[in-house]
Order: sequence, then structure tokens, then C-alpha cells
Amino acid sequence: MVKTSNLSYAYENGKELTFPDIDLTSGEHLLVIGPSGVGKTTFLYLMAGLLPSLKGKVSISGTTLNSLTRRQMDRFRGEHIGLIFQQYHFIKSLNVADNLKLRQHFPKNSNDKTRRNQLADRLGLSEHMHKKVTALSQGQQQRLGIALGLIHRPQIIFADEPTSNLDDVNCAKVIDLLKEEAEICKSSLLIITHDLRVMSHFKNQVTL
Amino acid sequence: MKLGYLAFKNLVSKPLNLLLSLMLLSLSVSLVTFVLQLSQQLGGQLNKNIAPFDMVVGAKGSPLQLVLSSVLHVDAPTGNINLKDAAVLKKHPFVQTAIPVSYGDNYKGFRILGTEADYLDHYNTELLEGTHFERPFEVVAGHNVAQLLDLKIGDSFISSHGLAGGGGEAHDEHPFTIKGILKPSGTVVDQLLITNLESIWLAHDHEEHSEEEEPQEKEDHTEEDGNHEEHDHDSEEEHDHHGEEEHDHGEEEHDHEEEKEITSLLVKFKSPLGMVQLPRFINENTSMQAALPGFEVQRLMRLLGSGVQTINGIALAILLVSGLSIFISLLKTIRERKQELALLRTYGLRTGQLLGLALLEGLFLALIGFVLGWLLGRLGIWSVSQYMQNEYGYGLQINGPEQFEFYLLGLILVLTTIATMLASRSIFKLNVAKTLSDV
Repeated sequence: MVKTSNLSYAYENGKELTFPDIDLTSGEHLLVIGPSGVGKTTFLYLMAGLLPSLKGKVSISGTTLNSLTRRQMDRFRGEHIGLIFQQYHFIKSLNVADNLKLRQHFPKNSNDKTRRNQLADRLGLSEHMHKKVTALSQGQQQRLGIALGLIHRPQIIFADEPTSNLDDVNCAKVIDLLKEEAEICKSSLLIITHDLRVMSHFKNQVTL
Repeated sequence: MKLGYLAFKNLVSKPLNLLLSLMLLSLSVSLVTFVLQLSQQLGGQLNKNIAPFDMVVGAKGSPLQLVLSSVLHVDAPTGNINLKDAAVLKKHPFVQTAIPVSYGDNYKGFRILGTEADYLDHYNTELLEGTHFERPFEVVAGHNVAQLLDLKIGDSFISSHGLAGGGGEAHDEHPFTIKGILKPSGTVVDQLLITNLESIWLAHDHEEHSEEEEPQEKEDHTEEDGNHEEHDHDSEEEHDHHGEEEHDHGEEEHDHEEEKEITSLLVKFKSPLGMVQLPRFINENTSMQAALPGFEVQRLMRLLGSGVQTINGIALAILLVSGLSIFISLLKTIRERKQELALLRTYGLRTGQLLGLALLEGLFLALIGFVLGWLLGRLGIWSVSQYMQNEYGYGLQINGPEQFEFYLLGLILVLTTIATMLASRSIFKLNVAKTLSDV
């Protein structure tokens, strides 16, 4: 599913990071752990094809990202990759439902209402569908961020500290949900975290 | 969830920015379209109305006033001239037709014009119903007059003295009767009540001679004694008043046949040579004045034209400022939405699509601003039209979009596109990973 080899990244200031090779099969999950500042997020962005100066090789579902043009990369990312960010990013002029609709529309052009409502229901967002995203609480925003990473049934879900702002109850809920969703869509989870609560749930771990 | 919807939502999410850009844009559009419509329609109306006549001969005074009053019927006349003097011109070899006109009374603000039947032919008018006037006090009503005052064939009315509605004294001894109603001609004739010259002369003669000539009047007076005195008093007062203002009223009580007066003579030349020679001859050798409507209207439009140019200049300046305001507001929103744009890139949107999003937002703004401005301009025309209709009896038309206005829309769209493109340059350089990591 996800395979990297000899992946490294040079920052503008000349500092260079090399990353361990990983090889995930379909439906397999991986936790990337390590202290802050070692480049966990950079690793994730490299695998998601969001950083241009890539050294080494990344392939997802048999597609080598290095061989894609910029345009193909955009499309591939939109279709097959789900991103859950540490800082939540939404379209602030749209309400919750429209944010979800937008993610469904690009690039697959779907408008699956059942899927939308199911996911919102499971993440406790159903009552907030017509709220502005800025009117949501921190926890609700995080859950919406997770929903946005899942709604289009990606093959691989990259999650960057998905539980950092959640209490224990919601943290457990989110981990269950991520696992469940991955199960249903036969997708792999790649989670970056330093949250001890998460670590106990995944045995496959790599430390940076 | 189309890009257009997102662009629209983005646009309305900043209502104050939107309001400012829209106001500037619609202000400039409304100014340009309003002024253009106004000058075009005024020019068109004036030219259409003066077209049948090459020269006006009337009492000495301002030539523009003579043209305005005798041809366009918006100003007070300069005075009266002798019918005998004017009649000489009729026989001049350069003159094709010369039509005397005489006026000074109104009915509910609409002028009653005494003239010859030829006058109507010059404006190519046709009767909608009824017949032309033949005898004194028979009237043909212009289309607008008939409509606004709800006049029908056989209706009679009493004229009042003066050119504006209300105030004036009534010539109640001589009711006019509607004989015909004209089809709309789009000229000044639509605003007039037209009768023959005798009607005007008789109406004013009778103020001085009513007792002997009007049996009906006598009856009135025997029935009501008080009224008699009052009427005499009125006549005297009115007579004085005429003397001062030099209006067309039969001031010379004696010698009617010789000294009949008209307000002016409308002349059509047979050859252009008349245009060169006759006005000068009249102005130098007679107590009358000759004015050329074409020349006077041109002069008026030149004055108006410099005003139009000034306003267009102002409108263009506002348009540029509005372009700048769109540019700044887009630049600001694109900076503010950098993270959202990066997010959209992770959704799989290409750089081109993000550019399209910004462009759509700009174009929406331009389109809404243009439509608002256009409507505002037409609203302005409508208000001016209402005012002019009340004051001068001239109305303006509310026209659909004109070709020039499509060019204007094109210009605005091009301007907006340029502004958007300049504001969107940062989209090309967007570093998605870095932008998303920055808090």
C-alpha cells in the first residue's frame, strides 16, 4: 500500500533529514512516534506528495509518486489520500455540511448524502451541520477535521496528531472510528503522534 | 458543490469589503450610463423636434430663447411680431413654407398652440381618432396630453392664461372642444393642444370685447350682477400684465385686420441659400429676430457636451478606483485565505482551479456591480423623466441595455480580470506543506 525507500528531505537552511523505509500492506496501520522537531510532519507531507523537493521514492497503491506530473499528483492526492491535520483547516465561509460536501465533490464529483450523515452522526456532528465552522468548539473542529480526512474513502489516511485536543473519552472514540473506517474502506492508517493514549492501540510502530 | 458556489460564499463572507467594492463600481457604472442616456435622449429629442424647421422668426431677444419657446415649447416667448410683417417672408423666393404660431395659454399645464394645419404635417402626425380642427376653438390634442388628461372627442375645456399650469386666469367665455386626438409622434406635438390662429386671437380679443360679441356672456352677467364687476376688473388687470410681459394678446384693440399679431413664424427653406442670407437680412433690416434652431441646439448640446465629458471623466476615475479597490480586497482575501487555498490543493484542486476560484469571485463582483449600477442609472433616468414630464412635458424613455453599455461591461470584466490576476500571483507560489503547517 505505502512503500518508501531512501526518503530524505533537505530544508532551505541546509539541514537534511533522512527517514526510515516503510512498507505497509493494504489495511495495515502504522504509528510514527518521536519527539517534536524531528520532522514527523515533514515525513507525512513527503509521503502525501505535498513537498516538491523529494529525494528517494514513495509509492502508494503501486503508483510511484515521483513519476507523476504536478497535475496528476494533485488528482491522485485528492482521490486516494485522506489528510487529517494537526491544525484544523476548513473553508471558513462554508458551513459544516458544505465543507464536507466540498471534500466529496473534489475530485470524485460525488454527493453521497448518506455517507455524509453517517459520518457526521458517528463523530457527533449531526446537530452542527448547518453551523459555521468557526462556531464549533475545539473538539468539534477536530472531529470535523477527521471527517474531512475520511469522507471520500481514501486508500491511505495520513493523520497528524489527530487526538491532541481531545479528552480521554473522545480520544478513544476517535481511535475506534479511525480503525473502523479504515476497516470498512480497506484503507491503511498512518498516524503521527506523541500521544501515549494512542500508542497502546497500535502495535506497528516506527520511531523517528 | 461547484467552484461558483464556493466563490459566491467567499464573496459574501466579507460583507464590508463587498459593499465598498460594489458601491464604487456601481457608482461609476450608474454615472456613465445615466449621463450617456440623458445626453443621447435629449439630443435625439431636440434634433427630432427642430428637424421640420430651418429658421424661426420672432421678436428680438435671445435666439436660444426664441428656439426653446417657439419650436421646443419649453421657455417663455420673446414677444410678439406683426402678422403682416411676417407674412412678407412667406412670399420670399427662398422660403418653402412659413407657418405662423401663436400661443400664451394653457390647459392644466399643456400649451395651447394656435397655428395652421400645415404645422401638423411638418411633424408627420396622424390622427388616432376624430378630425382636424376647422373652426375656431376646435382643438386637436397631442397623444400624451389626451392620455394624461383623459381627453376624449367632444370634451370641452377652458383655457387659462400663461404657459404653466395653475395660477393663470381662466378664459371661461370660450370653451375649446376636442375634435381629434393624434397618434404618438415622439415629438413635442405629443405635448400640445393645437388649434387655429383665430382661436387664440378671439380668446384674447374677447377679454376686451366680450360684452358686445358674446350673448352667452351677457346672460351670465344679468343673472349674476356681482360677477360683472369682477370680470371687468380682471380684464383690466390682465391687460396691464400683458403690456409688461409682451405676451401674445391682442393689445391693439382697434384695427384688428391690420395689426394681428403672432408669436413667431416657423420657416422651412427651399434652398440652403436661404439659411445664409435670410437670417442676416431679417436681423439687420427688421424689428424681428431670426434664429436657426439647428445652430442653437448645437450650441446647447456643446454646452451640455462639456458637462457630459466632465462627468464621464469623473466616472472613469471612480471606475479605476473601484478596480483598485477590487484588487486590494482580493489581494487581502487571498492572503487571508492562503491556508484554505492550500487545503483545497490537498483536496486535489489544481493551481488553475484556485485561480479560477479567485477569478470567479472577481467576476461575480463585477457583474453584480455592473447590474446594480445599470439599474441605478436607469432609476436616475426615470426620476429625471418624472421631473421633466412635470416641468416641461418632455419625458425620457427607459431603454434596454445599449451596445455601448455592453462595451462598458466588457471593459469592467477585463479590468476585473487584470486586477484578479495581479492579486492572485501568490497562488502560483503557494507552498502547500509550509502553509498548512504555519499556524
